Amino acid sequence: MNTNSDVLLDIKDLHVSFFTPAGEVKAVTSVTYTMEHGEVLGIVGESGSGKSVSAYSLMGIIADPGKIVGGSINFNGHEVEKMTEKEFRKMRGSEISIIFQDPMTSLNPVYTIGNQLTEMLRLHTDKTKKECEERAIELLGLVGMNEPEKRMKQYPHEFSGGMRQRVMIAMALACEPKLLIADEPTTALDVTIQAQILELMVALKKKINMSIIIITHDLGVVSDVCDRIAVMYAGKIVEIGKTDDIFYNPKHQYTVGLLKSIPKINEDTHERLIPIEGTPVDLLNLPAGCPFASRCDKCMKICLREMPPYTEVSEGHVSACWLIQKEEFEKTQGGKHDA
Amino acid sequence: MEDMKLKKNPLSFHLDADDFLPASEDEKQQLDIMRESTTFWKDALKRFSKNKVAMVAFVVIILVMILAFIVPNFYPYDYDQMVRGSENLWPMQYSQAEQARIDAGEDVFPHIFGTDKLGRDLGIRVLTGARVSLLVGLVASALVLLIGSIYGSVAGYFGGKVDLIMMRIVDIIYSVPDILIIILLQVTLKAPLQALFDSSSIFDGLNRVGVGLISIFITFSLLYWVSMARIVRGQIMTLKEQEFVTAARALGASNGRIIRKHLLPNCIGTLIVTTTLQIPSAIFTEAFLSFLGLGVAAPMASLGSLAADAINSIASYPYRLFVPAVAISIIILAFNLFGDGLRDAFDPKMKK
Amino acid sequence: MTKYVCKRIGYALLTIFLISVITFTLMNLIPGGPFMSEKAVTPATQAALEAKYGLDVSKPQQYVNYMSGLLQGDLGLSLKQKGRTANDIIFSTFPTSAKLGGISILLAIVAGTALGSLAARLRGKWGDQLIMVVSTLGIAVPSFVVASTLMRIFGVELKWLPTMGLSTPMHYILPVFTLAFYPMAYITRLMRSSMLDALNQDYIRTARAKGVSKFSMLFKHALRNAIIPVITYAGPLLAYTVSGSFVVEKIFNIPGLGREFINCITGRDYPMVMSTTIFLATLLVLMNVVVDILYKVVDPRIKLK
Repeated sequence: MNTNSDVLLDIKDLHVSFFTPAGEVKAVTSVTYTMEHGEVLGIVGESGSGKSVSAYSLMGIIADPGKIVGGSINFNGHEVEKMTEKEFRKMRGSEISIIFQDPMTSLNPVYTIGNQLTEMLRLHTDKTKKECEERAIELLGLVGMNEPEKRMKQYPHEFSGGMRQRVMIAMALACEPKLLIADEPTTALDVTIQAQILELMVALKKKINMSIIIITHDLGVVSDVCDRIAVMYAGKIVEIGKTDDIFYNPKHQYTVGLLKSIPKINEDTHERLIPIEGTPVDLLNLPAGCPFASRCDKCMKICLREMPPYTEVSEGHVSACWLIQKEEFEKTQGGKHDA
Repeated sequence: MEDMKLKKNPLSFHLDADDFLPASEDEKQQLDIMRESTTFWKDALKRFSKNKVAMVAFVVIILVMILAFIVPNFYPYDYDQMVRGSENLWPMQYSQAEQARIDAGEDVFPHIFGTDKLGRDLGIRVLTGARVSLLVGLVASALVLLIGSIYGSVAGYFGGKVDLIMMRIVDIIYSVPDILIIILLQVTLKAPLQALFDSSSIFDGLNRVGVGLISIFITFSLLYWVSMARIVRGQIMTLKEQEFVTAARALGASNGRIIRKHLLPNCIGTLIVTTTLQIPSAIFTEAFLSFLGLGVAAPMASLGSLAADAINSIASYPYRLFVPAVAISIIILAFNLFGDGLRDAFDPKMKK
Repeated sequence: MTKYVCKRIGYALLTIFLISVITFTLMNLIPGGPFMSEKAVTPATQAALEAKYGLDVSKPQQYVNYMSGLLQGDLGLSLKQKGRTANDIIFSTFPTSAKLGGISILLAIVAGTALGSLAARLRGKWGDQLIMVVSTLGIAVPSFVVASTLMRIFGVELKWLPTMGLSTPMHYILPVFTLAFYPMAYITRLMRSSMLDALNQDYIRTARAKGVSKFSMLFKHALRNAIIPVITYAGPLLAYTVSGSFVVEKIFNIPGLGREFINCITGRDYPMVMSTTIFLATLLVLMNVVVDILYKVVDPRIKLK
C-alpha cells in the first residue's frame, strides 16, 4: 500500500465531528500529515484545537458522540478508518500505544501496578503468567524505577505523579509498539520531572525504533525532542514543518503568537511575554475564512472570507496563511501596486 | 507531503490588492460569536427548566400542595365527619339517603373515593392526609436544615478541637440505628408531651397541631440532622480556605457574619438539594411509623395511616389502600425527581 | 489495622452504651410506670409486681441492675408474655428474621448491582429506561403497599403463591421480594450512576487504549471501582432490612423478631421493646463495624488509621 516503506502513518484529509445536542462540533477538519518510522512529531495547539482528538482517532478511542466523518488514515498497513472494534482492540497496545495527560487518574486505583502492567502483556503476547511478571519487572527497571519487584505489588495511590507516568510509559511500551502517542505527558507534572519524562521517552524510542507523537500546548516543552512540529488551531493544521523551521521561520501568525508567548530565559532581553488576545472560535459555527482571523494582528479582508490554501514555503514546511499569498502577489504585481 | 493540497503558485487571478488590505476591528469583531454569559442562578434555572422530568415533578408538587392545603377548605365534607348511613361506600357510590336527596333534586357532592367504615369521605381524608404527610416532610426537613446547617457550619468554620469534638458527637449519633430510636421515641414521647401540653395554656397552639405531629417533628429533627451537618461541614471546610473568606476577614467581618454572608450562601445549592431530598425520606418514615401505629393520632390521618388502616380490609375494599398508596407514591416520586433535577441543575459535574 | 479495628469496636461499644442509656431514660419517661394500663391493682399487688420486675429500687440502681444483667446476657423479662424471658423470645424468633433478612440482602445486592450495571451498559436505550422507571418507583412506594399489592395479586387473585408464614420455600418468595424491593431499587440507581461515573474515568480510557475487551473493561476495570459506593450503602441496607422486617413479618404473619417487636409496641410491653431495641441496635452497630473493615478489602486507597 505504501509507496514509501519509511512511511508509518499517512493521514489524509481527516475530519472528526462530535454530534452534540447543540449541533455538529467540527473538532478536526481536513488534517493531513505523514510520519516516518522513528520520527518524533510534536502537535501543538491550545485546548479544543483538535490535537488530542486527531490522535485518538488513530486508535479508535474518540469519546462517545465523536466520529470520523471523512478522510483516510493509513497506519502500518491498516486502513484505520475502516477497522472494526475487534481489529482496533488487537492493534491497541501492541502496535500503537498512548500515554495520557493525567497520570493520577489514568491508572485504575483498585488494582496493583503489577496487575495492570501484566494485563497488557497477557492481552497481546502468548507469554505465561510468570514470563509476563518477569517482563513487567524488567519494564519497570527500564523506566527507572528502583526495587521493581516491590513496586509490582503496590497500588497507584502509593506512587507520585512522576512515578505513575513512568508506569504508564512502561505499560505503553510493554509490547514494543510502532507508534507511541503521548497526550500532554508532562502537563500534570512538576517542572523538574517534565524533562526527565521526555528524555526517558526519547531514550526508549531509540531502543525499540518507534515513532512518537507528542501532543502539547507548550511549544517550549517539545522543542528539544521533536523532529517536526505541527501547529493546530480550531481543528486544522495551520503550519507544519521541521522544528527549526517552525521556531526560526514561522509563517502563520498563530505560530508567531505562540512563540512570543514562550518565556526565554537564556536571552538577555527585558521583553514582555505577549499573550494572544481574544478567544478561540466556536467549533459549532466555524467561519468561512481563516479561523484565526479575529485574533490576528495582520488580519486582511480576504482572511475573513476565505480559507487560506496550504503553501509549501520550503522543503516540508507547509503553512496556511494569506500573508504568504500576499508576498507572492506583491512579487508578481509589485511595480503596478506601488504606482 | 505531495498529497497535501499544495498550492505553490496559487491562482492569483481571483485575488486583487483590496483583499490584502488590513481588515477593520469591526469586521473582525463580527467573527466573534460569543455565547451569552450567565449567572449561577440563571444557569441553574436554565438547566432545570430544560429537564422535562424535573419540571413535571415540580408541577406535580405544586398541584399536590394546592390539593392538600387549599382545596380542603372548600371541600363539602370534613375529614372527621361521619355521615350516618354512608358507611363503606365504593367510589362514586351514594347511600340510600343521599340517593333520595338527589332524586328530590338536591345536589349531593359525590364520594369520589368512597367512604370508610365510619362513613367518613375518603376523598377529603386523602387530601388532609396528604396535608399531614407534606407537613411532616416540610417541617421535619426545615428543622433538619436549621439544626444541621448551624451545627455543621460552626464545626467546619472553627475547625480544630471544636470540630473534633462536635464531629465525634455526630459520628456517635450517626452510628445509632435511627429507626429504632425513632420508634422508641414515638412510643415513649407522646404521653409526657401530652402531659406537658395539658399543663399550661402556653402550649395551646402546639396542642392544636397535635401531639402526634409534634413528637414526629421532634424525633426526626433529633436524629436526621447529622447527615446534613456532615455535608455542610465538608462544604464549609473547603470554602473557608478560599481567598474571599480571607478578604472578608481582613476587612474585619465577624465570624458570624462570615458564616452567614460568605460561607452559607456558597453552599446553598447543596443545602437546597439535600433538604429537598430529605422531604420524601421524612414522608416515607412517617408512613412507616403510621403503619406500626405510631404516627399521627386518630381522627387525624396521614397518607401512611390511611393506607395502614386499609390493609386489613384489602380483600373487600382494595381502593381504600390503593388511593392513599398511589398518593403517597406520587408525592415521594415527585420530590425525589424534583430533588434529582435540582442536583443536576446546581451541580452539572454530577450529571453524566 | 489492629489499631483501627480496636478503635472502631471501642466506638461501637460507646454507641451501644449510649443507646442503652437513651432507651432506659425514655422508658422511664412514661408517666405512671409500665403498669398503668393494668386495671384495679391493689397496692400489695403493685408492690409485688414492682419487686418482681426490679422496680422497687431507685432509678440509677435500676439502670445498674439492668446493665449488669445485660452484660451477663440477660435481657430481662417480658411484661405481657408471663413467665417468658426476653432472651427466650428474642432467640426463638430471631433466626427466622435473620434468614429472611439475609436472603433479602443477598437478593438486593446481587440483583441491584446486576441491574444497575446493565442499565449503565444499555444507557439511553429502552432497557435502561425500563430499569430506571421500575427502580425509581421502587424507592417511592412504601413496603407495606408493595407487600399488600403483591399479596393481593399473587396470593388472592392468581393464587400462585402462599401468603402466610414461612413453612415452605415457596412461602419465602413474596416476603423476600417485598423486603428486597426498596434496597434493590436503591442499589440499582446507585450502581448505575457510579458505573457511568467509573466508565467516564481516565483509567477506563487507558484500559481501552490497552486493547482490553468490552467485557473486561466493564467487569474488571469499572465494576470494582463502581461497587465502592454500593458498599457504603451496606450500613443503611442493614438498618433498612431490620425496620422493613417489622412490616413484612407483620403483613405476611411470619413468626420472627420483627412481628414480635410490633406486637410489643402495640401491646405496650415496654421491657420487651427496650430489650429488643438494644439487641437490634447492638447487632446493627456491630455489623457496621464489619462493613467498615470490609471497605479496606475492596478499596486500597482507604487507609485505616
